[in-house]
Amino acid sequence: MSQDKNPYFQHHFVDSNQQYESSKLGMWAFLVTEVLTFAGFFCAYAIYRMWNPDMFINAHRALDATMGATNTVVLITSSLTMALAIRYVQVNKPKVALVHLVLTFIFACTFLVIKYFEYEHKFHCGHLPGALYSPQVYPDCVSIEGNNPHVFFSIYFMMTGLHGIHVVAGMVLILWLIIRTYKGHFTSAYYTPVEMVGLFWHLVDLIWIYLFPLLYLIG
Amino acid sequence: MREYLENNYLNDKTTIRSWLVTYDHKRIGLMYLFAIMFFFAVGGILALMMRLELITPAGGDLLDKNTYNVFYTLHGAIMIFMFIIPSVPAAMGNIILPIMLGTKDVAFPKLNLASWYVYVVGSAIGIFSIVSGGVDTGWTFYTPYSSSTDTAVMSMTFAVFVLGFSSIFTGINFIVTIHKMRAPGLNWFSLPLFVWSLYATALIQILATPVIAVTMILLIMERTLQVGIFDPAMGGDPVLFQHFFWFYSHPAVYIMILPGMGIISELISTFSKKKIFGYTYIAASTMAIALFGFLVWGHHMFTSQSEFAALIFSVITYLTALPSGVKIFNWLATLYRARISFEAPMLYALNFLLLFAIGGLTGIFLGTLSVDVMLHDTYFVVAHFHYVMMGGTVIAFLGGLHYWWPKIFGRMYSEKWARISAIMIFFGFNLTFIPQFIMGSLGMPRRYWQYDGLKNTDVFHFYHQLSTIGSWFIALSFLIMLVYLIHSIKNGKVAGSNPWGALTLEWQTPSPAPAHNFLEEPKISHGPYDYDKIEIDRTIDK
Repeated sequence: MSQDKNPYFQHHFVDSNQQYESSKLGMWAFLVTEVLTFAGFFCAYAIYRMWNPDMFINAHRALDATMGATNTVVLITSSLTMALAIRYVQVNKPKVALVHLVLTFIFACTFLVIKYFEYEHKFHCGHLPGALYSPQVYPDCVSIEGNNPHVFFSIYFMMTGLHGIHVVAGMVLILWLIIRTYKGHFTSAYYTPVEMVGLFWHLVDLIWIYLFPLLYLIG
Repeated sequence: MREYLENNYLNDKTTIRSWLVTYDHKRIGLMYLFAIMFFFAVGGILALMMRLELITPAGGDLLDKNTYNVFYTLHGAIMIFMFIIPSVPAAMGNIILPIMLGTKDVAFPKLNLASWYVYVVGSAIGIFSIVSGGVDTGWTFYTPYSSSTDTAVMSMTFAVFVLGFSSIFTGINFIVTIHKMRAPGLNWFSLPLFVWSLYATALIQILATPVIAVTMILLIMERTLQVGIFDPAMGGDPVLFQHFFWFYSHPAVYIMILPGMGIISELISTFSKKKIFGYTYIAASTMAIALFGFLVWGHHMFTSQSEFAALIFSVITYLTALPSGVKIFNWLATLYRARISFEAPMLYALNFLLLFAIGGLTGIFLGTLSVDVMLHDTYFVVAHFHYVMMGGTVIAFLGGLHYWWPKIFGRMYSEKWARISAIMIFFGFNLTFIPQFIMGSLGMPRRYWQYDGLKNTDVFHFYHQLSTIGSWFIALSFLIMLVYLIHSIKNGKVAGSNPWGALTLEWQTPSPAPAHNFLEEPKISHGPYDYDKIEIDRTIDK
């Protein structure tokens, strides 16, 4: 990457490479803060599961493991298309990269649609966080034994909810990339935003990879 | 080179808009400086009114009891989240760090400006919570009280959440700037120690601040949905809140003190005209404090956890004293047989050494389990905290403010009044807080609105009076400072590029600095403290 080829060079940097390296380190530092944000919820999860192991196992049966597994596959595939998009823009094929970005966006939509059906079923059964918890006795609803099942659903909704917000944020960023790639802003001389959003998207994927077994596959 | 740079960052563009959309780190730092000084004044006035209430043992002289509860909560929350945390890094560090590194700006100027706006929005939400009734939980927001009180806990905790992002943005910016933007030839061990301290601070900012964000979200969720994480009535654990809160807030006291220690390293070496003693050890102890800071949160909870856990946290707390001691002794060794000059910044540095030593040593008392059982929740804790935070950080901040003032505005303040004010703060501060140590050791509980009818009321009354009189001394010296500093901006003597004869890079550029920091590429020809090798003339008379 030489300075003259990069139309987005900022003049407080010495050269384009310094600018790229700075963005990358900044993004990693930001991802560290993301991990620690989720760490608080993982910590709460660990403590309440330790206190109420039976309730957690009973409550997790209310979650649909098939839908969860489908979503895991969807997100991992979206990470692959994202990684390919970065690769294609690196080797100066922005049009192919654009196709992969659009695919990533579609996968992200798919994830949210599946998530919507999962949430909808929780609302139907009254499996809701905290004070809203009001279990129904419909035939398609699991009844949950044990102490404080509302805490499980508090944790479930807060963790998947915060993750969902990150998916939406990722989609906004990917849309921004799609528009800029379409306008021809990215070439092998400058693709920093594609790589940075890619890093963010992989983190969103990674968090889900932890959420899925911890919530859907226990017991 | 005793001249005032006519075309500088202050008058490069002069419209209000040019300030509000500036990406210049010096201007952003200056906007931070004004904002935090405003909140320092607000928090200070709250403290003065509380001290005035305590001048008699009876309650209700000035404030009713609910107002008193609101005042100590707001005093704590404003001083910590809106003043001390951004004071040295976001205000002072923003202005000085890139110049010290010989670069044109921080790595992400837009993010830097965003951090200021996020800070302003967070503070506005904080002010909203004040006008909508205030908060009476104490700045620690402990559950279950905070999840059940009717006061404006939601908006205040949301303000803390938002302010956290401004802190994180600054942290990310500084880490990247220090890693990637150093001038050629400036390697890690030729960095000024202020840079090291900002680096350690930035690491804590990005590692700890997200945890307070989660904690505040959980508290807000607890109040809206009763999620049952912290509220015992819903199956939650209030002690978990304390763990989460202190997992951030203990490292946060190092966010507050480490940059102050960095300033002190600069001041002591500059005004002793001697190479700093044990550079590597001071740098390493900075990193060690940052590390230990993450491992001692449990010492805020000696009375609410198992004895074994308390024992472990007590031992690690002792360990934290080691790197702080390393710093103190290195500073003393730097002073040993040096040609010390006693200008205002140096008076603050010497103030710091004494006050921080008292603050640090009384911290050991509190870290000792058996002693803490007696002292916890007394005025001893209040006094300890103020010796570290005000005697430490605020004094260091004032030292830095006086040290870099001529670089920021290009003019000198009145040295005579600066010395008078520094000495008055020293007396006022000790008069305010030494009585609090004594009262605390005699059992005066903190956060009491009245102390009628206690066993030692007469004794407490005497010490409270001393403490209140001391607080007026502090207020008076800050008023003097306000006058001479504002006066100096237009009318001070021209400072020139290097009024102190210091060796770090920021003194090699004219004052005030040009918009892009340097008129020509800075050259690294010597280390930051090589006073044993070269001597640079001061641009003002001694």
